Amino acid sequence: MAKQTESIFTNPLLKWIDDRFPLSSLIKDHATEYYASKNFNIWYLFGVLSMVVLIIMLITGFFLTMNYKPSADDAFNSVEYIMRSVENGWLIRYMHSTGASFFFIVIYLHMFRAMLYGSYKKPRELIWILGMLLYFCLMAEAFFGYLLPWGNMSYWAGQVIVNLFGYIPFVGDTLTEWIRGDYFISDITLNRFFAFHVIFLPLAIVGLVAAHILALHHVGSNNPDGIEIKKKLDETGKPIDGVAFHPFHTSKDLVGITIFLIIYFAAVFFAPEMGGYFLEVDNFEPADPLKTPEHIVPSWYFTPYYAILRAVPNAALGALFLVLAVVLFVFLPWLDKCEVKSIRYRGWQYKFALTLFAISFIALGYLGLQPATGIYVFLARFFTITYFAFFLLMPFYTKLEKTKTVPERVVYKKKES
Amino acid sequence: MKSLFAIYSVFAFISGAIFAAGSMDLDEYIEGMNVKTSDSKSLQRGARNFFNYCSGCHTLQYMRYNQIAEDLGISEDQLMQNLIFTDSSPQDLVMNNMLKEDGDRWFGKAPPDLTLVTRRKSPEYVYGLLNSFYPDNNSPTGVNNHVQEASSMPHVLWDLQERLSDEEYSQFLNDTVGFLVYAGEPIVEKRKSMGVWVIGFLLIFLIFSYALYKDIWREVK
Repeated sequence: MAKQTESIFTNPLLKWIDDRFPLSSLIKDHATEYYASKNFNIWYLFGVLSMVVLIIMLITGFFLTMNYKPSADDAFNSVEYIMRSVENGWLIRYMHSTGASFFFIVIYLHMFRAMLYGSYKKPRELIWILGMLLYFCLMAEAFFGYLLPWGNMSYWAGQVIVNLFGYIPFVGDTLTEWIRGDYFISDITLNRFFAFHVIFLPLAIVGLVAAHILALHHVGSNNPDGIEIKKKLDETGKPIDGVAFHPFHTSKDLVGITIFLIIYFAAVFFAPEMGGYFLEVDNFEPADPLKTPEHIVPSWYFTPYYAILRAVPNAALGALFLVLAVVLFVFLPWLDKCEVKSIRYRGWQYKFALTLFAISFIALGYLGLQPATGIYVFLARFFTITYFAFFLLMPFYTKLEKTKTVPERVVYKKKES
Repeated sequence: MKSLFAIYSVFAFISGAIFAAGSMDLDEYIEGMNVKTSDSKSLQRGARNFFNYCSGCHTLQYMRYNQIAEDLGISEDQLMQNLIFTDSSPQDLVMNNMLKEDGDRWFGKAPPDLTLVTRRKSPEYVYGLLNSFYPDNNSPTGVNNHVQEASSMPHVLWDLQERLSDEEYSQFLNDTVGFLVYAGEPIVEKRKSMGVWVIGFLLIFLIFSYALYKDIWREVK
């Protein structure tokens, strides 16, 4: 038996729909009567921003597919064709290529928000796990998409990443061959990567996003104080510290989205190459299996993990550490033994550990772009250790924390104006 | 807490913004460099230079003649008379008559296509390359190059560099490199001018969205 919800419409057509489809209840449950804390700060923007970027990527990707040709002979030419001969093709392409980098920027900040305010903790473990699955899908999506322009860096970075699977004992070689569909990255590989990039992963991502949001709306959003606002209800049964998602959070998000778009479009229009970080110089020449680029570097958003891979002296072990570095995030809800969610009320141990982790992640990202020589190797090893220490020592240092008293109500000071 | 927040914000920013500029030592050879892709006269001269001095060996395989004409304000007559030296039609790609095998045999490696050279290398690289030939009797071409050591490219602009003053030669290079920057990204100027409008619109939209937000949140205590 479906939940009976009074229709919010007066329009007869919408009423007609409402009798046959839960439109009113969807709008109420997820917008006008979904209550989230009124004291959200800037960190709470990156969820909606990743949604904005996802939509940009889906639309621009759709139009790129109309003119892109997934074949080793035509791929590079078709990208240049899009850049030159397709009406506004350059804009669509730059929005897509810049969007890829911005996707990772907002996702990393979104993940960091969860770590700041304990958003992965009970009862939100599943939201976190779904989010991590989304992150894995996003990495796969970016990796598959990176091969498609068929530039020389696309080719060689793809080669390096596929070869990582070769380190898996016994099945490694067979597995890499199976992934490529060939003995080396070829036309066949390009075709299947294209299929993954435009069908399988976008579908998986959209589905996971729906699950991520449904789970979130089921348990309710966290807030910078890490308080469950559902515990303090007013006489009508709505959280005292909550405001409806629409129109309150939507209007606030709109400001954030506008500011984000200004930054994003500044990159699209004035620095689409971003000094070689969004579009690599080696990708301005077509893939050449006989010509290895001087430094093979993955896209900047993978370089923290690339630095970890290279920091470990044994290649197979390095690949294992790389996988661990990504997967360990999933276990945060159980590694963190502290009862208090928000960093505002946690002890110095977690504050220190999280700061060190953030420094390690950024430092590894930088080191992944540098040649693996001399001082860089030493630093990469140092930060690899601090990176893993954050996760592996977490059950111990989070037990020692002396937390502050968490207030009953969220901290919200309205600015007088 | 405030300071912690500040530290995190700084990290968040740095994480997206580590931009190290890697470049070889070109400074010496690019002193007179001043490329202006917004100057259509300069681009026209650059096109003339390219087709007269470069196109015998180098192609622009992603570029069409008539697109160049349209973008640079060159009429079809001028195009046919002054820029197309092959039997190509205006809608054709800018290719030449040198076979790759011949190029490989004559130069060791066929002269590369130049459509994306300023993006693959840099405008500075191209300017520096054309500005740093020096006589070298050990080289089959009689010249060598400071920017691209042991390049098999002959100094095509030799007599031009002799004939022109330093300023004139520098102007010649600026025009030519400007044309190649244009060829690498034909919409380079359109991109920037459209960007100003888009950002301008968003800035105005920001005022309204902020006002809306303030208005809606007035009742939140």
